[in-house]
Amino acid sequence: MTWDLVANVVVAGVLTGLVYGLMALGLSVIFGVVRVVNFAHGEMMTIAMYSAVLIFAALKLDPFLVLLPVAGAFFVFGYVLQTGVINPFITRPEHTQFMLLIAVAIIMTNALLMLFGPEARSVQVDYQLESFELGGVLLDKARLYAASAAVVAAVLLFAFFRFTLTGKSIRACADNYLGARIVGLNVKHLYGLTFGLGAACVAVAGCAMVLLVDVTPSLGPYYTLLAFVIVIVGGLGSMTGALLGGVLIGVSEALAGLFIAPSAKSMFSFGLLILVLLLRPQGLFGKRS
Amino acid sequence: MSNQIRVHRRQFNKALVAAGTAAALAPFGILRAQSAKLKVGVLLPRSGFQGFIGQSCQKGADLAPEVIKAMLGVDIELMNADTETNVDVARTRAERLIQEGAHVLVGAFDSGQSAAIAQVAEQRGVPHIVNIAAAPQITEQGYKFVFRNFQTAGDIVREGLALIGDLFQATNTVPRTAVFMHVNDTFGQAMARGIGAFMPRLTQLPFRIVDTISYDPAAKDLTVEVSKAKASKADFLLLVSRLNDAILLRREMAKQRWNPMGVVSPGSPGMYEEQFYKTLGKLSEYCISNVPWYNPKAELTKTVEKAFLKRNPKDQLVFHGLNAGFTFEAILVAADSFKRARSTDAKTLADAIRQTNITSKMMLGGPIKFNQKGQVEGIGSACVQNLKLRPTVVLPVSAAETRPVFPMPGYKPA
Amino acid sequence: MLLAALAALLVAFPLFAGSYALSVATLILYFAYTGQAWNVMTGFAGQLSLGHSLYVGVGAYAAGALFYHYGIGPWAGLWIAILLCVLMGAIIGFLAFRFGISGVYFALLTIAFAEFARIGFDHLDWLGGPGGMFLKVAQRDQIDLLNFRGPPVMYYYAMLAFAGGAFALCAWLLRSRAGYYWQAIREDEEAARSLGIDAFRWKMLAVAISSAMTAVSGVFFAFYYNNLFPEQIFSINRSIELILGPVIGGLGTLFGPILGAAVLTLLSDGLTELLAALGWEIPGFKQVFYGVVLLLVVMFLPNGIWPALAKRLGIDDASNR
Repeated sequence: MTWDLVANVVVAGVLTGLVYGLMALGLSVIFGVVRVVNFAHGEMMTIAMYSAVLIFAALKLDPFLVLLPVAGAFFVFGYVLQTGVINPFITRPEHTQFMLLIAVAIIMTNALLMLFGPEARSVQVDYQLESFELGGVLLDKARLYAASAAVVAAVLLFAFFRFTLTGKSIRACADNYLGARIVGLNVKHLYGLTFGLGAACVAVAGCAMVLLVDVTPSLGPYYTLLAFVIVIVGGLGSMTGALLGGVLIGVSEALAGLFIAPSAKSMFSFGLLILVLLLRPQGLFGKRS
Repeated sequence: MSNQIRVHRRQFNKALVAAGTAAALAPFGILRAQSAKLKVGVLLPRSGFQGFIGQSCQKGADLAPEVIKAMLGVDIELMNADTETNVDVARTRAERLIQEGAHVLVGAFDSGQSAAIAQVAEQRGVPHIVNIAAAPQITEQGYKFVFRNFQTAGDIVREGLALIGDLFQATNTVPRTAVFMHVNDTFGQAMARGIGAFMPRLTQLPFRIVDTISYDPAAKDLTVEVSKAKASKADFLLLVSRLNDAILLRREMAKQRWNPMGVVSPGSPGMYEEQFYKTLGKLSEYCISNVPWYNPKAELTKTVEKAFLKRNPKDQLVFHGLNAGFTFEAILVAADSFKRARSTDAKTLADAIRQTNITSKMMLGGPIKFNQKGQVEGIGSACVQNLKLRPTVVLPVSAAETRPVFPMPGYKPA
Repeated sequence: MLLAALAALLVAFPLFAGSYALSVATLILYFAYTGQAWNVMTGFAGQLSLGHSLYVGVGAYAAGALFYHYGIGPWAGLWIAILLCVLMGAIIGFLAFRFGISGVYFALLTIAFAEFARIGFDHLDWLGGPGGMFLKVAQRDQIDLLNFRGPPVMYYYAMLAFAGGAFALCAWLLRSRAGYYWQAIREDEEAARSLGIDAFRWKMLAVAISSAMTAVSGVFFAFYYNNLFPEQIFSINRSIELILGPVIGGLGTLFGPILGAAVLTLLSDGLTELLAALGWEIPGFKQVFYGVVLLLVVMFLPNGIWPALAKRLGIDDASNR
């Protein structure tokens, strides 16, 4: 167990964790504001990955170049999904919400299966196999670029919620639903925007992730669970929490894989989830509600 | 929950009609038992996770009736069913095929599904010939109607390891250390156990395993695993994997600039499959799989290849060697037994299958002969190397198309 | 009345059904039974469990391991299985309810435990690890009730007995004090507590009963299929498969799970026949269809099919809201 090995593994964990964090950020925004349990979150990410694959296959465009258009498309999709389908369910009992989104998730996963088949697809860009060398540590180029994109997207999102009027309105809705309506905010519209933003985050995360991981239809449920673990561990309603939670999960899984058994990596995350749920349900960075 | 049920009334009526017809034809009972066609139920995972492989196997099944008619003069009717890579479905489909009159079942690539089908077959007293499935337990249950023309995991490992020794001899190399990576599922585990059992006995192998790394078959990211493997500074990589993880691993190896002497599989799917070449391109070169394979120089192989090309002009048999070959052979066994038994009665067929002795076959190894457990012994393996973007047999010398390349170009001692 | 006619039909079914239809009917009854078990916890008491495959798996492995390693028959193994499952349920329930976890967090907790078990069992070599556990099957012709081996008809009747028993149990529970308390807790836990109902105790009871019933499912599964793989039995897909029936049929109702299981299977069969007739082979199409059905039911029949149907037929069971 040399320093080199550990350093390499940790760095890779941090970089991948940042992309996970962006995905979780999307969920945190949706869950934190609209209070909808988006069980189709991972599936949306998978669709984003497939979009990147298709665009690359057709136009040979690097996923980073198509980030913006894809995010835009997903924003619209998210908005429509929320205002059209999900909105009536906000006031209904929770388990009905789950079932609704589980149904959406099942449809998405299997539609992807129908369209693309079960084999893994990927995007092969030129720099995919290259890495920078820094000391004894190999920085995988693709991973570095992906993590950077994630950080930039996260910063933009923070800025939006902090400094723009719409952002503040959305936060108002989250903090005080009744108050927001009294003040005359168009809550339905704002919820739609929020879901759209969450979807756009997922789209960016997907385009970044497709350079690191091959996409199959079954990725959806896996990422949904991962997103929930991160959001809960990091703390609901805390954006920093989501991002840092992603890094934490990324690094801890990597280290668990290194020191324990690689095949038990995910067990560690679930164990962490159980602990957090029991001991500190508001998450590591969340506020006690 | 994907299974079928006929509405009760329809079922009842059908039963009535069948009973009536049977009664009417009773005096002609002898004629019925000697019907001219053998109905073969083919169960394969044509959709779901293993869909790709199931479809590959199906290609071997589809060309069988034509080739067998020419070879043996026997008429076969295929009844195809999709197990959907699901054990429940495999079971109910098997029941359905038997109900619809299948005389013998063939399938199903996956050990879990094959075991389920075997149970149904044994219960209903219908012969089941397993085309591909490595779990040893399938022929250890004392079944009378289940037969397997494929290696068990133990056989695969034994043959695979022996071939590795042959590989080193043929290329005059002496690697001292290996790192063993394996996927943590039914197959990977059985192989790992086999390796643990056989390695100490094969003293002529010059290497020892310095580290064993198992990984989750659903893992998307194998960075940590490859880092560990690279850190072991082993001479070569001994790998038991499936297709998707093999692709991930090879790419990760390139990213981490790890160039061992070679990537050798003692017997697992993945590296010889079409998708591996398509996705990795040049990176796929020189990887080696020691797997049961067809003999490229056998007469029957050439016949099957011709039939294959006729039906799949844009494809090549070599990409479906294992899958299509064994599926074809399973149906061949059924047809051959039918010819000798001259009856479709289940018990007679089973007895005939037990007497099988086919010497002119397609896959490598000794004749197709079942022992009392219903298992064929002596199925051979070949050392198949990825050369020029296709699987190429390099050992044994009698079946080789060219010489093996080991270590791979670009090898950097750790 | 209707119930008697249905019962008579189910009992007489094997007499005129082919072996294929029998195997499918057994499967429907299995899903109806397991769905009923899940319904107790989620439908009656309102605690959403999305990791119910945990109990099926633990039950199956418990009885399976005892049989495999020690030759202990399923009827004895059954009690150990139930004990272990109730213990697991109690742990999860205790942790969750003591710490005030409910709703989506509770659901995620159940998922986490099921996943934990899946990966954990993969590493337990004593239970066969990922390679799976294969139970020895001695014979299948005579009915050996002691070892639960016999012709398919035996399994059908066994499952029928279990399903019938579950139905009776649930009917009794609904009309008992437990049923009313559960309804109160489900609708508004705070209000229920303020009325003096010990929510913790009654929720734990629901979890215990649900997990115990599901354990039986697991034992049946082990001795019917005779091979167990952690990846399959603890999978989240199985958990979701289990709940489709009750949700579509009618959450919290008596007939819901049975109706749901039957409807889904008939639809599935109809679809397969249709696809076969059209010569289409599209993997994933059936599951998309399930998803659409689920979506439509959730959107337009949020209480499931049974309540709407019952109203039409003028039937009243205590579970109608």
